[in-house]
Amino acid sequence: MTEDNKKILLLGFGNPARADDGLGPALAEIIESKNLFCVTVEADYQLTIEDSAQAAEHDIVIFADASENGAEPFSFKRIEAKESESFSTHSVEPAAVLALAENLFGSKAKGFILGIRGYEFDQFGAGLTQKAKANLQKAADFIEDLLKTKKFNKMSGTADFADYAEIIIKNNQFNLCNQ
Amino acid sequence: MNTSKRIIIEPVTRVEGHGRVSILLDENNKVTQARFHVVEFRGFERFIQGRPYWEIPVLVQRLCGICPVSHHLAAAKAMDKIVGADKLTPTAEKMRRLMHYGQMFQSHALHFFHLCSPDLLFGFDADPKIRNIIGVAVKYPDLAVQGVMMRKYGQEIIKATAGKKIHGTGAIPGGINKNLSIAERDVFLKDIKKMFEWSRAALNIAKDYTIKNLDKLTPFASFESNHLSLVRSDGAMDLYHGNLRVITADGKKIFDQVDYSNYLDYITEEVKSWSYMKFPFIKSLGPQKGWYRVGPLARINCCDFIDTPEAEKARKEFMALTGGRPNNITMAYHWARMIELLHSIEKINDLLHDSDLQGTDLVVKGQRRNEGIGLIEAPRGTLFHHYKINDDDQIVMCNLIVSTTNNNEPFNRAVQKVAADHIDGVPKITEGLLNHIEVAIRAYDPCLSCATHALGKMPLIVTLYDHNGNEIDSMTKQ
Repeated sequence: MTEDNKKILLLGFGNPARADDGLGPALAEIIESKNLFCVTVEADYQLTIEDSAQAAEHDIVIFADASENGAEPFSFKRIEAKESESFSTHSVEPAAVLALAENLFGSKAKGFILGIRGYEFDQFGAGLTQKAKANLQKAADFIEDLLKTKKFNKMSGTADFADYAEIIIKNNQFNLCNQ
Repeated sequence: MNTSKRIIIEPVTRVEGHGRVSILLDENNKVTQARFHVVEFRGFERFIQGRPYWEIPVLVQRLCGICPVSHHLAAAKAMDKIVGADKLTPTAEKMRRLMHYGQMFQSHALHFFHLCSPDLLFGFDADPKIRNIIGVAVKYPDLAVQGVMMRKYGQEIIKATAGKKIHGTGAIPGGINKNLSIAERDVFLKDIKKMFEWSRAALNIAKDYTIKNLDKLTPFASFESNHLSLVRSDGAMDLYHGNLRVITADGKKIFDQVDYSNYLDYITEEVKSWSYMKFPFIKSLGPQKGWYRVGPLARINCCDFIDTPEAEKARKEFMALTGGRPNNITMAYHWARMIELLHSIEKINDLLHDSDLQGTDLVVKGQRRNEGIGLIEAPRGTLFHHYKINDDDQIVMCNLIVSTTNNNEPFNRAVQKVAADHIDGVPKITEGLLNHIEVAIRAYDPCLSCATHALGKMPLIVTLYDHNGNEIDSMTKQ
């Protein structure tokens, strides 16, 4: 399979009613509107076990979530399937979605997590804060470019790409091939 | 001198949002009181003030990431009253029912396979490293796949009827905004045999487990209580619509066939200083005796029969366990939930074979009103939505009683029972105590929905305080 034909799933999750917790679905909405080739976009309040079935139908899965205390404007890193012993809620963590996909459906999907920095998570119905909106736009530009170029082979290991993301945004360049 | 000690467990894992358990000990380290604190977010009731009523069925879904469909439909039912739609078209009502049974099916499957089955398959005291869904996936892969695919099936029904998984728009005041195409219907019919087969298997697991472990489960976190649910006018279980019935622990009717529009004449809520969550109770009995349970156990106990054959057969087996008397075993919630899982797929099957779903008469309207009340049996129990609007169509009052609030007092009772049975003079939080409290609370499948889920949240913190409020022990699980 060529890079161009890789099937990619973008899963944006979070609660849009909880201010910046809605960054994940907001990112999904932006990317969905681009109608990108071989890219499936989903939005939900949280990740649950059935996301593993959909993940298994794709070669690459990008989880987009709000980050409470991560890098600004966003971080982007590779994640590995991980059998978590602790499940806090009805939801599951991205690494556990990949682990379920692997264990139950033989998936070999590569996983990445996009953490968009948010600032306000407790106000009900307030919408995204201005700072979060700015971070969202930068993250959306970055992801759109990545999904068009599909240069995921540059994304190896578990290094945090926050610094890199900041650099490319500064230079207004989003192509990871130029890394 | 006050010589009590307080143990606090915060939050409870594998339930939604942030919960906290505190246990009060006396001078001999015996349990005197247990409280399940919930950080319930009441902001929604203020947030929607001034919003036009037709936005509410969509807006209200933001309350909860786990049961948005239940809020969507309860709000839509309340708005039906406001637009004077006292009887929906057959297509509208059946589309909503399909959406609701899809929600019930996916929610019950999620709870059983993701949250409950690790406890049942590995035992309450098994190592947490294997007592989780990944452990189930490794040891019982077929079962885990079934859970995932059942959940997915229900979610796809929601998508087909509500429009999408997040912010669905299917139910609107007075009806529905789409029907089900033949193509959509056939997708669901293709897999329905498997769903039946897997639902029966899940029911058997819950039933066999309960019967096999009855001696252990009967006293576990159990107590006698009243039970409340909606029932149809002929006494049948009806998860979408009906009238209120409340029975005592031994089955006597406290009230029956009450039009839920009059719920305030029968039910009120008490505020307690130590809890964000209110305590509903039956007015005529008062707060001490008027509290009740809701959810699958209450629904099976309250109804006279179930109108689908396989679930009715299962209900009879369930009731035979207690000789026809209401079942008050907390852990029997799991068995009751699986009876409803089977009932839901039977209902989905009936609806998919009903050509009314392809009808085009979708909306009705009547004489406008300034007040609307909508109740529904959500997966976790009876859900109340109550709204008033002004002449400009804006919301001026909103009161919600969610399922988890209805079960507030039972949570406390369950925790107290478990704590009293496990703490024996040693003021320490053990892994065993923690596990057993979690198992008891999880039986109710509470949805403490209001937490955000941003990266970096959701630790488990266990703290022990003495009678002066000083921390003497603490445990954190990320």
